[in-house]
Amino acid sequence: MSNLIKGNAIATDEWTIVQLPAAKEEVRKQAGKVVLFKLTGEDLPTSEQVAITVVPASGKILVPLAVWLARKAEFTDRLNQGKIGIWLATHEPLELLATTDLNLFPVIAVYVERFPDGRIFSLGNLLRTRYGYKNELRAFGDVLRDQLFFLKRSGFDSYLIRADRSAEDALAGLRDFSEPYQGAVDNTQPVWRRYSRQAAHPQPKKVAPSHATAGDLD
Amino acid sequence: MYIYDDIDQRLVDERVAQYRDQTRRFLAGELSDDEFRPLRLQNGLYIQRHAPMLRIAVPYGMLSSRQLRKLGDIAKRYDRGYGHFSTRQNLQLNWPKLEDTPDILAELATVEMHAIQTSGNCIRNITTDQFAGVAPDEVVDPRAMAEILRQWSTFHPEFALLPRKFKIAVSGTKQDRAVVQMHDIGMEFYLDAHNKLAIKVWVGGGLGRTPILGSVIREHLEWQHALTYCEAIIRTYNLYGRRDNAYKARIKILVKALGIEEFKKQVEAEWAHLKDGPNTITEAELSRVAKHFEPMPYETLPAHDSSFDSAIASNPAFAAWVKRCVHPHKTSGYRAVTLSLKKHGQAPGDATSEQMHTVADLADEYSFGELRVSHEQNLILADVKLSELFALWEKARTKGLATPNIGLLTDIICCPGGDFCSLANAKSIPIATAIQAQFDNLDYLHDIGDIEINISGCMNACGHHHIGHIGILGVDKDSAEFYQVSIGGKQGNDASIGSVIGPSFAAEEMPGVIQKLIDVYIKERTPEEHFIDTVRRIGLAPFKAHVYEKESANV
Repeated sequence: MSNLIKGNAIATDEWTIVQLPAAKEEVRKQAGKVVLFKLTGEDLPTSEQVAITVVPASGKILVPLAVWLARKAEFTDRLNQGKIGIWLATHEPLELLATTDLNLFPVIAVYVERFPDGRIFSLGNLLRTRYGYKNELRAFGDVLRDQLFFLKRSGFDSYLIRADRSAEDALAGLRDFSEPYQGAVDNTQPVWRRYSRQAAHPQPKKVAPSHATAGDLD
Repeated sequence: MYIYDDIDQRLVDERVAQYRDQTRRFLAGELSDDEFRPLRLQNGLYIQRHAPMLRIAVPYGMLSSRQLRKLGDIAKRYDRGYGHFSTRQNLQLNWPKLEDTPDILAELATVEMHAIQTSGNCIRNITTDQFAGVAPDEVVDPRAMAEILRQWSTFHPEFALLPRKFKIAVSGTKQDRAVVQMHDIGMEFYLDAHNKLAIKVWVGGGLGRTPILGSVIREHLEWQHALTYCEAIIRTYNLYGRRDNAYKARIKILVKALGIEEFKKQVEAEWAHLKDGPNTITEAELSRVAKHFEPMPYETLPAHDSSFDSAIASNPAFAAWVKRCVHPHKTSGYRAVTLSLKKHGQAPGDATSEQMHTVADLADEYSFGELRVSHEQNLILADVKLSELFALWEKARTKGLATPNIGLLTDIICCPGGDFCSLANAKSIPIATAIQAQFDNLDYLHDIGDIEINISGCMNACGHHHIGHIGILGVDKDSAEFYQVSIGGKQGNDASIGSVIGPSFAAEEMPGVIQKLIDVYIKERTPEEHFIDTVRRIGLAPFKAHVYEKESANV
């Protein structure tokens, strides 16, 4: 059975994730990214890794961000057919995508190596709110039930649950809380803009919901 | 104080259900240790030396008598009949069973309490001045904003798994009592030139392994933008803070690495996108929450009370207590009272179930049924009539809650230390009680005057030792417990971080070391000069010389 959740249900996964080959040696320091290296201690893929990445000749594929950036010409036709998506790791800067029309991709996926890495939430938020990405936003890697609620609120709408865990069980994680306090991506309005909450009246009255609210809060 | 509506209540109820299921899955082997750890930590549950430790949130230190009774009952039923009030104004239980923690949280939810985000790498309990709303030097009561920040930070999806813990303090007074400069974000509320509520924002302060006072990132922020500005700061931190080394992961390290100017530039660039967005606070929301913190229904009372004056004149013990434990109040005829949890010989900050019930009763009888927890680990009744202080004192005294030592040497701020905490290098409570025993003479204590001693059992600095006038840090030296001493730290507007005086000491030497430091102060002080002032005036050298005198003579 598929371990993919799309929206609120288990779905078939049509996408193949293209992996980068393991890095061979020290990564060169790209100009302008020195601070990033120093602070996160994580490297971006090398040009050699990018060059030797093997891409399947057919089917829907998610290619690593660095591969897409360096080799986009190879993918033009498949992109037009809606068969190319990209994936990035949590330490890769979104600025690399500044000049790309993200909505050409049917899927963008973010890889989280270890679930306590909360950068994935900021990346999801920025892809939706700053970069205007509207299609499927997928989390994969160490994706577990107890982070799904936060992922959903941060703009993700598909979750490839770690292979040794049940996606069926994980569905419950999407419903942990019914009325969050703060505005986020899935529901931009904070609670005080959704309800008329009055100190004197413990029963809050619902105000006309914005479109973003409808259907998302159950 | 803030009263939950259905939305608040449902959230904590859903949290209990969520946590109950997480605990069930852990016990059933469906969650690994590593997977359960952040989940239980974000519910305040540590796995400790003897048993789990559960940290219960006391938002910005405010409690109702009903809540305190419930805490007393929980401590009795699920623990050993006492709890420990911490320097983050929370309550810690040292002996609960893991299996019981979902039930404890369910009990807490019945009195609008929880343990949400009291630990873990997320936004922690918002802290503030224990005299908020009643302090005469208060410009703005920060509690409404603290509550708004509490709600906003609760399950904030983007900041659920930060590189490291994140602490925010707010203050609205001329004299800072919330130590805003030692927080990841410190917010000082004030009225600007146009008499509008504004915020001075500090960032990147913190104690721990690398003590740094915060830097001002913004002198003036309009209050509506408090949340979006915090989002800009924390997003920058979330994306670029280090995650490879837990000791280098606090925001202070990022601020230091980038420099405050560059960090500010990045935050402001981020904020340009968030400013005026939906999380901008509305007038309506501020006024809704502020209604919960309106002044108590005070009586109109004269500034003086003759029965109080005569009790002071005739009863020296009462007078001593008033001098140390009673504080000025905005409203004529009222005072704030600190009930000391620093009785000599008792672990600082600990309260028994019985004491919690007593304090709850006293709060009902004398202080509108509310109380506060201070970061100095005492309990405060904020609104007591001058004419009722004597009656309150007599009752508090019989329960060991009226030690007249607030602000004195034995009002020691102290973490649970090696007796309980698995992070600790050394015990801290026995050091505190040994010092209390050394200075167990009230006249002498009053002569020494205002001084703060802070003890931490390790460099995580829960006892805030860096900002103690005398700071004591437990260190591990060849597997033995030793104590490093610093002097010259201070909280407040002119906060400073203490300097280590020299090689560390064995536990049994500590009371003597403190005695020597005090001896130098007594010898060198000018009239009216407090310990910290003398240290600042004459520097470390005379203290150091006297403390290490004997050792030098032997060389």
